[in-house]
Amino acid sequence: MEDLKLELKNNIIELLNLEDVNVDEIKDDDSLFGDGLGLDSIDALELIVMLDKDYGIRLTDPKEGKKIFESIEIMAAYITEHRTK
Amino acid sequence: MAKELYIQNYCSIKNNKVSLNGNLIFEENSEDIKSFFKSVYQYLDPKYSKFFKMDALSKLAFLSAEILMKEEAKKNIAIILSNNASSLDTDRKHQDSINDKENYYPSPAVFVYTLPNIGIGEISIRHQLKSENGFFVFENYNTNFHYNYENILIQNNKSEAVLAGWVNIDGDSYEAFLYLVSQNGTIEHTEKNLKQLYNN
Repeated sequence: MEDLKLELKNNIIELLNLEDVNVDEIKDDDSLFGDGLGLDSIDALELIVMLDKDYGIRLTDPKEGKKIFESIEIMAAYITEHRTK
Repeated sequence: MAKELYIQNYCSIKNNKVSLNGNLIFEENSEDIKSFFKSVYQYLDPKYSKFFKMDALSKLAFLSAEILMKEEAKKNIAIILSNNASSLDTDRKHQDSINDKENYYPSPAVFVYTLPNIGIGEISIRHQLKSENGFFVFENYNTNFHYNYENILIQNNKSEAVLAGWVNIDGDSYEAFLYLVSQNGTIEHTEKNLKQLYNN
């Protein structure tokens, strides 16, 4: 699980071009949207594509993302439970 | 009575150089466009992390505007930009991501930049402008069109000033020539002067 969390942090920084953020600065329970990392709706769509591409998880309802992408902790737990690759 | 209009400031970004009013203000021999734009961003230091999410065309438009708008207090500033390659650079990236049906993962963050006028949106958000704007595609920088449009906007009180010019990206080739037209300045806003400043 710890490896997956680190992988997610690195992927998010690279995928979402967060050039001024370091892996160490993202805590496992930080909010990814709003006051946390400040991600936006396009970033949410990128994360949905990432789930499909990297972990074989296809979200049929984009609203599901709101809960899943709440923090790295929650994302990692969801991926561990649902991943197909 | 017609207002007297001037090219208040002008800047260019091309060939690894940034100039303001004809004076070189930054130069760096970077490996590629991305590195060079990042260096210009660091030099200008706008503290605007959304910059890194933009496509190359928007970055170029954003940086040019940043130079000219740094101390600009006016809010009713129209934006009229043009180029030759539209958003082709990003269009190609999007196309590459959907070519393979077995590996079909179009990126939403790339797709949103598959229009050239998105760069105008980025400038408007940054400077809180809710003004008239337009992005036009021409074979070359069209001084006649630009002069007339900019003149009409201010003469008809549609805007106080106009941020305008040429912002083009195609592969490794990039060029920006932006200027601010207003009632302040010393260089008369004429088609001849626009042509001369662009060719310098």
